[in-house]
Amino acid sequence: MAASEVEVSASPVSNETGYRSFELGEFGFARDEYFVYISWTAKGQKLSHTMSADAFLRATMRCVAWGFFYGWLNFDDIFGTQQLYGRVKFYAGRFSPAFHDQGLDHEEIFETPRAMATFKEMLADWTNDGYDPFAAPDETGLSWIGKKNGSNEEAIGREREVCRRMPGLPGDAPLRTDESGRPVNRAFADVPQDQPEVHAEPGFEGEVHAHNLFGYLSRSDVTWNPSVSSIVKQSLFCPTTEEYILPVKHGNDRMEWFIQLSDQIDWEIEDKETGRPRAKVIMKAGDVSIMPADIRHQGFSKKRSMLLVWENGNPDLPAMYEKGELPVNLSGEF
Amino acid sequence: MAMTEFQTVFGSLKNYEKGDIEIIDDDKKNYTFSNVFEIASKSAPYERVVVGKNLEYVLETIRAEGTSDWYTTSHDEFALVMDGYVELDLVKLDNPETIAPPEKEGAVKLKGDPEGKKMGLIKMKRGHQALLPVGAAYRFRAPDSDAVGVILMQTCKGEESIEKWAEICYT
Repeated sequence: MAASEVEVSASPVSNETGYRSFELGEFGFARDEYFVYISWTAKGQKLSHTMSADAFLRATMRCVAWGFFYGWLNFDDIFGTQQLYGRVKFYAGRFSPAFHDQGLDHEEIFETPRAMATFKEMLADWTNDGYDPFAAPDETGLSWIGKKNGSNEEAIGREREVCRRMPGLPGDAPLRTDESGRPVNRAFADVPQDQPEVHAEPGFEGEVHAHNLFGYLSRSDVTWNPSVSSIVKQSLFCPTTEEYILPVKHGNDRMEWFIQLSDQIDWEIEDKETGRPRAKVIMKAGDVSIMPADIRHQGFSKKRSMLLVWENGNPDLPAMYEKGELPVNLSGEF
Repeated sequence: MAMTEFQTVFGSLKNYEKGDIEIIDDDKKNYTFSNVFEIASKSAPYERVVVGKNLEYVLETIRAEGTSDWYTTSHDEFALVMDGYVELDLVKLDNPETIAPPEKEGAVKLKGDPEGKKMGLIKMKRGHQALLPVGAAYRFRAPDSDAVGVILMQTCKGEESIEKWAEICYT
């Protein structure tokens, strides 16, 4: 069932703010001029969690764009989602010891199309004209604030760019150019745009191929939204451009590798279960680091930077990690 | 406040700054933290040093200096030039499976020159990424001693892959 075929539970438009409220199972979602309110019931008590609408919309945008991605997408220390591949778990307080230890957390599993449809409608209703939850704050400004004011379907409707082998090959994802409406981002105006010299012999034009990956990345119009740009079996290069703060604390269900291609990102590392701080990983151009499978991480990028996220797309990995068949990091190798 | 002036910082063999890990309640070894320019600065030409590993898949760092041997694989590989100037020769092998059968993963070094039809030549600088297609033999050339290359390879672990984690990572 596609997300578009699912009925979403939404209230009428609020006379006060112009926004609708939403329900998904026992979770309630509402927004006003500044905040989003997530509510649930536990031990007979009604509970709620308040977030900045800007932070909530940025995180929700990534859930939608990434199809709930791998593992856990913690919007903050209280609310988040867990990828169950075909289904998705929503939780509130589950990874906050204060809530969890008192039995005041709540978890609920939904079929992915239903969760996706609800988040898409929420995004469409709560994103005002001029606000782009994919953009850096410096680019999109403050139009997320206030009563409902128009919409921005173009910004929230972007498709994640996924190649089959490599962009620019015949029949594969296109390269990014001025002509295709992908100008160089303001923060990468100094990145060379020259393409490699490709001299293919007759008959091999479709196989002898190269492109300027850094130039390609410089034309990304989104932040914290990896594309897939080269594939070896299930080894996926997922480069992305990052500015400001990763909108979620990502807890992966597998080892994930980062290669810093330009500039710097500081990663705050927390224990996946408790959220206790474990380390800060400071990555500069050329650095390579694992994000282990037992942590959650959140990146901070002062200047828009290029990050290569390297994933193993093997669908059997989460079950193998859950059974303890795979190490959470490579420290046992040396 | 609009930010109007930006300077993008890339690393290079001659100018790189390795990051760090501030430990709160953890172990630096858990992050397998290295730097491709630091590795390449200490590598022999065309040594394939593993900097990332996820089961059968690896990332390799190569110092491109002079001319490499010829290699092939039973699967696609990709070469991303992180620094310098690198040329890539490609030859369509007449009998690729006799050198790299389907069950054999990672780069396989050819004994001598490849037998097959010339496919083409690619000239690459920093940021350029090339497909090394299955069934092809390839070699790198870095003819300019002032522009030694650093290549990041996306491939599978093979007989040419060299793992020396304790030498390249924070411990």
